[in-house]
Amino acid sequence: MKKTAGNAPKRRGQFASICYRFSRNRMAMLGLAVFLAVVFFAATAPMFADYEADAVKQNVYAKFFSPGQERHILGTDMYGRDLFARIIFGARLSLLISLSTVGASLVLGCLIGSLCAYYGGWLDTVTMRIVDIFLALPMTLMAVTVVAALGTSTTNLIISLTISMVPPFVRIVRSAVLQVKGSDYIEAAVAYGSRDMRIILTHVLPNAIGPIIVQATLNLASVLLSVAALGFIGLGVPSPQPEWGTMLAESKAQMRYYPWQVIIPGAAIAVTVLSINLIGDGLRDALDPKLKNG
Amino acid sequence: MGPLLEIRDLHVEYKTHDGTVYAVNGVDLSLGRGETLGLVGETGAGKTTTALSILRLLPDRIGQIRSGKILLDGADITAMSEPQMREIRGNRVSMIFQDPMTSLNPILPVGRQIEEALLLHTQLSKEDRAKRVDEMLTAVGLQASRKDEYPHQFSGGMKQRIVIAIALACNPELLLADEPTTALDVTIQAQVLQMMNELKKQFDTSMLLITHDLGVVAQTCDKVAIMYGGHIVESGTVQDIYEAREHHPYTTGLFRSIPEMNRDSDRLAPIPGLMPDPMLRQEGCSFHDRCPHCMERCRREKPDSRAVSPTHSIACFRHERKDR
Repeated sequence: MKKTAGNAPKRRGQFASICYRFSRNRMAMLGLAVFLAVVFFAATAPMFADYEADAVKQNVYAKFFSPGQERHILGTDMYGRDLFARIIFGARLSLLISLSTVGASLVLGCLIGSLCAYYGGWLDTVTMRIVDIFLALPMTLMAVTVVAALGTSTTNLIISLTISMVPPFVRIVRSAVLQVKGSDYIEAAVAYGSRDMRIILTHVLPNAIGPIIVQATLNLASVLLSVAALGFIGLGVPSPQPEWGTMLAESKAQMRYYPWQVIIPGAAIAVTVLSINLIGDGLRDALDPKLKNG
Repeated sequence: MGPLLEIRDLHVEYKTHDGTVYAVNGVDLSLGRGETLGLVGETGAGKTTTALSILRLLPDRIGQIRSGKILLDGADITAMSEPQMREIRGNRVSMIFQDPMTSLNPILPVGRQIEEALLLHTQLSKEDRAKRVDEMLTAVGLQASRKDEYPHQFSGGMKQRIVIAIALACNPELLLADEPTTALDVTIQAQVLQMMNELKKQFDTSMLLITHDLGVVAQTCDKVAIMYGGHIVESGTVQDIYEAREHHPYTTGLFRSIPEMNRDSDRLAPIPGLMPDPMLRQEGCSFHDRCPHCMERCRREKPDSRAVSPTHSIACFRHERKDR
């Protein structure tokens, strides 16, 4: 953005002031730092370990190493696979699944939610009742049902989670859009001849995006948790692909003798989910209009 | 050439849960090119509804034009399709809303918002649009360099100037200004009105100015229509309304309720009573129960608008005899 001429006082743009408020929130910044670290390891996983050799291939001579033993920073599991390698490759998979799920449900949710709110009438009523039906089922149960019907694979996992994630998004988007829709500037946009689609995309959605972004962030955490939960009950990513929930499930039998086998993937899930939740909370505070000038 | 805008016997209703609101009950208006018509009346008289009908912006499913015609340059707006209406909105007819604080999108730079109307209605290139945006900002008395700033960085008066710039960007034939200065303080009001007057001349635009401020009307309008209870009770040129001796009793009451500087008075002289409930269809003249000159006939029959001079007409039985 171009800077204003010298005589006008320097002012922060809306985006910059949101960033500023976010950066003032220590917990949120901590969450962001942890999350970025997870993303960093996920993105650069091949630099630390070899997928085939370290994370997938079984090695009977190296099972149940303790953390630190023989250059295995986090030890090895019951098949002699390096836990650190599995954790960072697992981060890849978890992030891939949760980001694509949240991305897909964000797009679908925005589309359906804004159309419902903008046009109202029978379209709105019918869609909302369908959403109600979906919301009556717990998300994980819903996903379990869909995975059971479609079979276990990473793609099916994404599809099932998206199906169960869209309804809450539709609700959030709809209520955010309804608030914006009554504004004078929307009426003004109609008055200068904008088409409905253009109004929704350039005037309504950008103004309603705050709560939607917050919800998306928080949903990212719950999807991550669902991926792990589905992996734990054996409906997630099929073995031997490293996935945190699956790793938990595989090692729970050895929990009493080799507790780190469970603690490590469990901690990975907990820390990542917590960091995302902290980011979400920080965003919510940063976007809260009541704290705008704070 | 006929008038630019002609409204004939317009009836508008709002269908609400509690019943039907008869907001506009047979309005006739006509506005020539380059003219400014002041539409005056108290809250709830149907002024805004009339303006919204011209752009067909009545609330979906609730407000509807029951009968009557709105002719823009001879073409009936009430019969047009939605795509045809979009071509008119912002291009041939634009509207300035009452509250500039809320009628700008808070997250778009103001330049983008002026550009949007151009984008929708003209084939100008990006550079030409940018040039036009600068021109418009300068025309409304703002620095063109501020086009990348957001609405919250402007004051109320400046925002209304931006709203006016958006409305005039496509050089409309008709400008509907719905109480454009009500939300502004008095000093800014004068500036904005003067600017609108100048721009109107510069762009050769006709204007329908909705207001309840008779002072504003005197400053800016060529013609005046006084609206009461969904009817036009009196219409004429500014001279007719401000200087002629004969008036509708409501107009007389309006003028009497303005405080005068050169007369010593402790209290204002309001018109007693309230506007009739727009949910009820009234018999007789809509003003009869507040009228000091109410006759038996006023309670039963609706008075038609009668010309008392070639430009001046009044809808009141007291002036009927002069018709012949």
